[in-house]
Amino acid sequence: MPDSQAVIDRKDLGAMFALLAEEGYQPVAPRVHDGAVLYAPVSGPDDLPKGIGDEEEGGHYRLTERGDAKLFGHTKPVQGLKAHLYPARQKLWSAERAGHGFRIVKDQDPAPRYAFIGVRACELSAMLIQDKVFEGGPYADKGYAERRRNCFLVVVTCDHAGAACFCASQQTGPDVSEGYDLKLAEIIDGGRHVFLAEAGSEKGRALLDRLPRQAASEADLKAASDQRQAAAAGQKRAMISGVAELLAAQLESRHWEDVAKRCMSCGNCTMVCPTCFCSTMEDATDLSGLKAERTRKWDSCFSIDYSYIHGGSVRNSGASRYRQWMTHKLSHWVKQFGVSGCVGCGRCIIWCPVGIDITAEAKAILKGA
Amino acid sequence: MSAALQQADPMDVRPFRIEKIRKELSDVFTMELVPEGGGSFAFKPGQFNMIYSFGAGEVPISISGDPADPSKLIHTIRRVGAATEAIGNLSEGMAVGIRGPFGNPWPVEEVFGSDLVILAGGLGLAPLRPAIYMALAHRQRFGKVVLLYGSRSPSEILFPKELEKWRGRFDTKVRVTVDRAEPGWSGHVGVVTKLVKGAGFDPLHTVAFVCGPEIMMRYGIQALEDSGIDRTGIYVSMERNMKCGIGLCGHCQWGAPFVCKDGPVFRFDEVADAFKVREL
Repeated sequence: MPDSQAVIDRKDLGAMFALLAEEGYQPVAPRVHDGAVLYAPVSGPDDLPKGIGDEEEGGHYRLTERGDAKLFGHTKPVQGLKAHLYPARQKLWSAERAGHGFRIVKDQDPAPRYAFIGVRACELSAMLIQDKVFEGGPYADKGYAERRRNCFLVVVTCDHAGAACFCASQQTGPDVSEGYDLKLAEIIDGGRHVFLAEAGSEKGRALLDRLPRQAASEADLKAASDQRQAAAAGQKRAMISGVAELLAAQLESRHWEDVAKRCMSCGNCTMVCPTCFCSTMEDATDLSGLKAERTRKWDSCFSIDYSYIHGGSVRNSGASRYRQWMTHKLSHWVKQFGVSGCVGCGRCIIWCPVGIDITAEAKAILKGA
Repeated sequence: MSAALQQADPMDVRPFRIEKIRKELSDVFTMELVPEGGGSFAFKPGQFNMIYSFGAGEVPISISGDPADPSKLIHTIRRVGAATEAIGNLSEGMAVGIRGPFGNPWPVEEVFGSDLVILAGGLGLAPLRPAIYMALAHRQRFGKVVLLYGSRSPSEILFPKELEKWRGRFDTKVRVTVDRAEPGWSGHVGVVTKLVKGAGFDPLHTVAFVCGPEIMMRYGIQALEDSGIDRTGIYVSMERNMKCGIGLCGHCQWGAPFVCKDGPVFRFDEVADAFKVREL
């Protein structure tokens, strides 16, 4: 879509936030909080993590000073978009005693309208996967569907790879070709600081038309393309090919026991994974016993309770719980939803307290097969 | 369920009044429910509901009533945890919340023309009872109908009066066994799988519905296969933790299938491999 490409100057970026806010969106973008970059409401470009980079490795994450003015120079926020599209805690309804029975009271809060700015390719892919999970089956999650329908998506492509990244091998990045409204590449060349913008939807085109902009030059297109190539070439990790079939055939691999010796079953990987969708229900009453509430909360397949049926849990061993997570993510997911559940963002590696690396575990299982 | 209800959010709980409670066994009871404000509840045999007790929690429970009578909803429940205890502590006239019906049913109509073997263990008879009602209501559509039921002891036999009634029919074979006899018991003793041999069905034209504890199902299926029934003719009903009932919470995954939306009734050949894997 060459007609939908343009260059926006850094000093005009604020206009994008303002226009989105004017259209009723809450801009949500990366910002620094408690020593980490995470998605949070912002009012404009000044809230972005200017000059901030990050260091990531198995069980390791630190912010760094880049020494430049880049606003999107980090690799990826601590979490993807799921915390906004599928909140970690959400009240579904309340109930009040009525006579001998009860009455359900549904809260009718309108779904928020988020404009996500700075979305990485892997995060966009993860969201498209969650679309299949929450909207592709016989039953849809109405809350997710509404938040999703309401959102505006501004992708910012990566200019380098994080140490834990492996999106290239999962074919979920570093470039994206669908699912966004606007795609930006941040280019700094000497004193020039611009964003090469490309609309991916009618909504995106309409926004771009209203922004101060210049025509994109060949040099800008090349700079953006070089960045994406650098982000792909810089990836030190890769998922082995054929992992879905491998794991389906290796449910009894002895390697699960080996992982279990290291895995603490803490569930961090499931919390930071941008596609993990499991949830549980919490039912409670107030002290009077007259009012009750149902809350849906994120859950993790690493907990013992997760598989509890009368008489005990199905998955008592750590090995079986790690196997559940990894085989679901990389193998069963394909049967369930037609795609892998892993986008190669590497968050499960970074936030694992003992640095378990899903790409290395897959290789080890292949080796033992 | 009415068309309007089917369009409603499947996470919405609908209050049902408890019309009648019947104690079945020391820890098992049956509830008859009707929708608050009227209406009926259509379902297929083998489907389940999520049953909510005010403020205490929600559990998946198979429907144990007659699919031909949608005027009342019937559930048979064992008190085994906090939620089922809370439901069990309710009295007639009080209310529970219902979401459902969910899940794939026993394919009763699809197997018209075959011999039908129903193999049940313990409380596994409850999810099979709607299929039994339906099969007996269409008795002429089947060849032989055989019900094989096992319980731990004579005092733990579920629905004994109905078993007697079904046994009294000349067109249905009912065999009951107990793991441990008690004084006064003159019937079979031993595991239910032993009843398969000599049950008198034509294995090449037989469909079997199996429900009970997993270990019983595993041996039961083995016995059915040994008798010559093809695994494509064997159906099982599975039980797993469920929080949503509609394939969104993840809890009931059993390998790739979600027990809630791909089951709870599975054709055995589709899940035979999963049965072999411990802690799957």
